[in-house]
This record gives sequence, structure tokens and C-alpha cells, in this order.
Amino acid sequence: MLVGSNPEEAHPVLGMQVRAAVERGCRLIVVDPREIGLSKRADVQLRVRPGTNVALANGMLNVILRDGLVNKEFVDERTEGFEQMRAVAEQYPPEKAAAICNIPERDLVAAAHLYAQADRAAILYCLGVAEHSTGTDGVMSLSNLAMATGHLGRRGCGVNPIRGQNNVQGACDMGGSPDVLPGYQKVANPDVRAKFSAAWGVDIPEKPGMKSTEVLPAAIRGDIHGLFIFGEDPVRTDPDTAEVEQALEALDFLVVDELFLTDTAKFADVVLPGRSYAEKEGTFTNTERRVQRVRRAVTAEGDMRLDTDIFTDVMNRMGYPQPRLTSAQLMDEMASLTPSYGGMSHTRLDAQPAFEHGLQWPCPKADGPDTPVMHVGKFARGLGLFAETPYRPSGELPDEEYPFVMMTGRILYQYNARAMTGRTHGLDEMGGESFIEVNTQDAERLGIADGERVRVSSRRGQVEVAARVSRRTNPGETWMPLHYREGNCNVLTSDFLDPVAKVPEYKVCAVKIEKA
Amino acid sequence: MSNSPKKKLVTLTIDGFQVTARPGMTVKAAAAKAGITIPTLCFLRGVSAIGSCRVCSVELEGHDGFITACNTPVADGMVIHTDTERVRTYRRNLLRIILADHGLDSTAYCFSCAKNGACQLQALCNAYGATEPAWRVEQERKPILESNPFLAYDPNLCIRCQRCVGACNTQARNHTLHTAKRGMRTTIEAPFGPDWKATTCESCGCCAAACPTGAIVEKRRRTYRSWETRRVRTTCPHCAVGCQYDLVVRNNRIVDVDAAPGQTNDRRLCVKGRSASFDFVDAPDRLRTPLVRNPTTHELEPASWDEALDAVAEGLGRVKREYGPDALAGFACSRSTNEDIYLFEKMVRCAFGTNNVDNCARI
Repeated sequence: MLVGSNPEEAHPVLGMQVRAAVERGCRLIVVDPREIGLSKRADVQLRVRPGTNVALANGMLNVILRDGLVNKEFVDERTEGFEQMRAVAEQYPPEKAAAICNIPERDLVAAAHLYAQADRAAILYCLGVAEHSTGTDGVMSLSNLAMATGHLGRRGCGVNPIRGQNNVQGACDMGGSPDVLPGYQKVANPDVRAKFSAAWGVDIPEKPGMKSTEVLPAAIRGDIHGLFIFGEDPVRTDPDTAEVEQALEALDFLVVDELFLTDTAKFADVVLPGRSYAEKEGTFTNTERRVQRVRRAVTAEGDMRLDTDIFTDVMNRMGYPQPRLTSAQLMDEMASLTPSYGGMSHTRLDAQPAFEHGLQWPCPKADGPDTPVMHVGKFARGLGLFAETPYRPSGELPDEEYPFVMMTGRILYQYNARAMTGRTHGLDEMGGESFIEVNTQDAERLGIADGERVRVSSRRGQVEVAARVSRRTNPGETWMPLHYREGNCNVLTSDFLDPVAKVPEYKVCAVKIEKA
Repeated sequence: MSNSPKKKLVTLTIDGFQVTARPGMTVKAAAAKAGITIPTLCFLRGVSAIGSCRVCSVELEGHDGFITACNTPVADGMVIHTDTERVRTYRRNLLRIILADHGLDSTAYCFSCAKNGACQLQALCNAYGATEPAWRVEQERKPILESNPFLAYDPNLCIRCQRCVGACNTQARNHTLHTAKRGMRTTIEAPFGPDWKATTCESCGCCAAACPTGAIVEKRRRTYRSWETRRVRTTCPHCAVGCQYDLVVRNNRIVDVDAAPGQTNDRRLCVKGRSASFDFVDAPDRLRTPLVRNPTTHELEPASWDEALDAVAEGLGRVKREYGPDALAGFACSRSTNEDIYLFEKMVRCAFGTNNVDNCARI
């Protein structure tokens, strides 16, 4: 079951593998408001109203409960909180859930039966689940489905996040988050703080930090005065561009470590030229928790420096004595503090079989195995906890003034803000310009022809792009790619955040469309 | 493993060696167990085994003709000869027939081809002494299809092995590139002509990677020769699949990538990984020197590392002194390496003195 994931475009080689599975006889459920390429190969296609994933999962659970498809043994032995979950799911009979999701009830029932009755069933979800003001509930409601049916802890099962970028998994694993240190060891835990304080020789501050989407508003408020941005371009990629620019203007001091003079770097007081993946040693962790090596192939000409050397120099200048270490030495230090990476090293990753296949964490021992499948026999927390996930509507719904829902996403031929793909000019012939997908009926009503320029506006700004008229989006719904500087969808997107993860609601905002 | 009764192993003789093999294994795979390499041309492991080129032909005792080792399953008691004079002569003649239909007529012209030095037909012809075609064929120059920005098809160099078709069907699973006509008239319909935009081709280039000759190539192939390059295995920087590939490097510049085996992508790549994962590395607009904002002109101006790093420590230090450590924050890059991110969050926590560190997972 693919939920809010279009792997043929966003994760193409995974898309090829999904096609192979379907051709081998694997059944496929596609949950996506749009018609995606894999919809054609789906057994059940659920074109849910944007922002209603939670209602869909609750409705499917309701059917699973109603029709006796719960895996009782799994629920009894390995989970807790089932009754609380049931109380919520019972409020979503399929006719109600289908109405919220704007899909035929029989399709919802068919999907529930297909998923629950499969011997092994995997959920693959992507940013179409996460990038909502209800994103955390969206993920937890999918976990409810997997636990109720026992589709976890076995090969071919699981609730599998398809990460949005090459090393999002690793960045989170490494403690690049305000509330956790490497390996998801909680800052709030005094034993964890004591361990890291001893290893690093300074007291780890007790107060959990701010999430990135909280930092920029805090800069406007005057609570954040100095910011170091490493390889990010929030002017392009954060929602509500105007507010991001206001926040960067408000800072007393901004440092940007980058490959290019990005729109964000133009706001900096100091810009530091770092090195790209092809000019350094290291590791990325892919969406399967698979740690794989990055190796230096070239040294581009110029006065650029290894990013780790830059950080080391800043640390020493700010009074923290940090020795200059190689990438391999840094991994060793990290592994000594991070149980899930404890058995990994560049040496091990450079020898077979890890050279070819990488190592999937947890891999705690240097002479022990890695872990291709998680939660076998037991969950990381012990018992799997069912969550109570009532449906909540999106933060900004269409109204008379802004009557269309706009979603954002990726196309096959570009990657994110095009810092990398924008410099391969052949791709411009394949996907060189921004556009908005509009449903045929809506376009007819507005008198907009396919390819015609339109002005798209939201409460936050407006852009001018070409309209692509088709039935790929439902009536009342539109979609824009997220890659482009001209016709940047993030001028329009809303900064409603998920209350837990503080992820912006990129997938739903209200817009109006007029002929340009 | 399954509980079904173990299938009986079969025993055969290959070049005088006794080899035991699982039923269903091919003669080629069984020979490999004994350390015997049987040459192949149209075969591509896991992708294509149609036996059309017949270069893998071997002798089977008690059988009049030759059998193709790439797709003939083993059987108990087989006696196989892989390298007799008769086999070698047969292969040489086959190669000369293939060469007669390969648009360069003779291996003497290979220097003009982008795949020179990396062509499997050339390598086999050299190994078997098949340097001239079996007969002269009036060469009909068919037009080269190269409207696609990354891929080109020269039908004149095609030997109809159909490895590209196998790659599109079983690797990319896109089923776009296919054969037309039959038998001697078989042709490959490659979607790289003027109407390429109207096709369902995703430009992943799996076909070009599968082509043993210079018929389907990534256009980049024309800019270098294999013997001038070295390779570095690494991980693609685009999406979270983490495909493994070799960066192909000539004189400190990346000129191409080549997909690697392994569980992650098993020799597959997409258009971004194969064609757009390295031009940016040495792009003309790459930042090559630190920049510091001039306090009077307010412009970013080139500076030395000492000036820039002093300015960073001064600027961040001043904020820390005036407003406390929690007035500082850092955003790590979720495209960079684990080691970079580890040291970055250590810098924010230890040198800035705050937990205000995050990465772009949220955005």
C-alpha cells in the first residue's frame, strides 16, 4: 500500500522495484489525491481528498474490526492500547470515512480487505503523509493498521517511511535534532546527558532546543539572534517565502556553509565554501536504514574546505578544543556513543559484504550482524502502542476567496531546489519550468487552456506559471512542483505546522487561480 | 528455508572436471563454479538470456549441434566441452558474421566509436581473432537517433542482442524500448528520435549501460575513453534510495557514472543519478572562496579563511555574550554526510552551548 508516495518520480529506482513487484503478482493499493503513474497498475486506487489520510486509516480499521480481520494473536502478544484505538476507529464507519475522503465506500472496504488479508503487506509512505498539520497522526494511524493486522516485524511488511532526501535518515540518526543526541538518545534523559557530557567534556544543556520551523519565527520575535545554516536554502524550500526572508533580515548574524551562492546565502554575513559529496569521505544512511560509504573522487579547484574542518575551526575559535579528525575517526567517535551504529566503521564498510550491501542499523557490535528487518518478535519500546488518532481537517481549507486546494511535490527530472540538477542542462528540456496542474472541469469553468499562463495566489503571495490541464488532479484540487525559483510554490504554501513534528503543511493550502 | 524435500543435485562433466550443480542452473553458471569462463555477448546476468548471439555455444557429447550455455539448464551426466578447436572456430565465425552486420565493418575502425576499449564485441573479436567480417555487406547508413539530451542510438552499430530490451523490461520495468520486425530483420526501436518527448521513456539509461557495443550510448561516453579513467565507488546524492555507483574520473574531473551491484539498486539508476549527479561539482558558479560582508558597502566580498572564520567566531560569540547561548541556532544539511552532521550538532551543543540544532527533515 503506497500512501502519499510517488516513487516513480521522487524515488525512481524504488519505483522500478515496485513495478517489478507488481509484475511478479504483488497486489497494489495507491492512496494519493492525484493520478500517479503507478495508479494505472493499482488493484485499488484511492484518490482521497488532500489531508484526509487519518480518516482513511480510521475507516479501514473500522472495516477490519467489523469484518473480524484483526490479527488477535499479534495484538494480544505484542501490543497495548488496542481498546482505546478501537474506541476511536468505531467513530469512523466506512460510509463516514469515505465521505470525508471523497472516495467510493466500496473502494475503502476493498482496500481494507486486501491489506488485512494479505499474508505479508507493506505500507510505503512518503511526504504525502508527513507534510500535513496532521502528519504525526497520519503516520501513527498507519502504524495502527499494521499492528491490528500483524503486518510488522517480518520481511515484506512494516510501515516504511520513504525519506524525502538522501540523508534525512542519517541526519536524524546523528542527533541533528533539538531534542535528541545521536541514536535518538533523549536530551531530557539525565543519564544520556551525563554520558555525552563526559565524552565531550562540556555540560550538555538540559533545555531542549527549537525545531527549525520554530527558529525562524523566533528570529522575527527577537529570541534568536545568530544562525549557522549548513547546506540548506530555506528561502527556497520553507513555506511562506516572505516570512523566511523577514526572519533572515532580522538576524544579527548569519553564517552559511554552501556550495553555491543560494538565495539564502545572499542574506549571510559570512559565506563559507564547503565541499560536495564527490570531494569528501563519509557515509549516507538511506531510507532502509542502510549505511553506505561516500568516497572522495575529485578535488574541485578553489579555496574550498572540508565541512568538518570548517566546524572544527569554528569550535576552536569559539573556545571548545576540538581536535582535527578524519571522517573515519569521526565515525568511530560517533559509533562509540551511539549503540545503533556501535558496530560500524569505515573499515567494516569498505570490506565485503558491506562494501556491496552496506550495513542496516541497529548494528551494535563490530563482530555482530546488522538488522535488515526491525521489530522482529519485539518492538523497540517493548509492546507496540496503538495511538488514538481522531481525524482533524487541514489548517487552511478552501473558501470562497481561495477556492482551490494546492498540493506540492516532485517531478522525475528535478531534485528539490535544483542546486544539483539545475546544473545539468539536459534536464531543462525535460522539466525546466514550474507549472500548476488544474482539473479539466475547473479549467473549462475558468476559461483556461492547457499551457496558458495563470496567476496563482494565496493569502501569502502570488506566482505566475503555466497551467497543465488534465484529470490528474480532482476537481477543486491543484498541484505544483516544488523545484523552481521562478514560479516557486513556497511563495504560496502555508506555515501551519504539525503540533508534534512541527512539519509544515506543504501538501494543503488554499489558492485562487486567474488568467494571467 | 522451505520444508520441501531437497532437490537432487545433478553431476556433469565440463572440460574434464566433475561439477555438481542444482537442477535449473545453466551450463554457464555450472562452468563458472568450476572456474571456467564461457564467453557471452547477448547475455546479461539477471537481465537477458535469450541466446541469440550464440557466442556462448559449447559442445555437448551425444548432441550434433552446439548448445547455448547461457540458457541451457544442466542435466545429469552431461559431458560438455567449452574450448575445443571446433568451438573456437564456430565462435570466430559467429563473431565475423555479427561483425558483417556491425556498421564499422572491421575492428580496424573501432577507434571512431565512443565505446572503443569498452566494447564487448571488440574484446571478443580480438580474443578469437575475428578481425574481419565473414563477408562484405553493402553498408546502408541508417540515421542516428539522438534528440534525447542524454542518450543516442546508432542502429548501424546494433548487433540485435536485445540486452537493451531486457534492461528496459526487467531492470527499469518501463517496457518502452522494444524490438520491431523479426528474424534477420529484427530492429531495436529506441525512443531517442525527434519525438522522444512524446514517449514514455524516462531516460534512465539502463539500456545504454546494458549495450555491449556503441549502439546505445550515454552521450557523455563520447567525451572520454575508458582507459583514461579511474573509478570511485560512492552513493548517489539525490533521493533516499541511496543507489550505489562508480564515479568515472578523468584528470580530476567526473565524466560519467556506472551503476554498481548490491542490494540497494542492483545495477539500476534513474535519469538523475546517471545524468545529473555530478555536473554541479565543478560548475562554473561554484563558491570557491569565503565571502564576508563589508560593513561599509554591505556587499559580500572575497576573504581569506582566517578573516572569515574570525568573523564567524566574533559574530556568533557576540550574540552568545549579549543574549546567551539559546539565542544561537544551527541548521544541519540532510544531504551531507553523517560525519559532517555529527560534528555540526556537536559544534552547536558544545561550542554554541545550545540544543537549538535541527536538520531539513522537517522541510
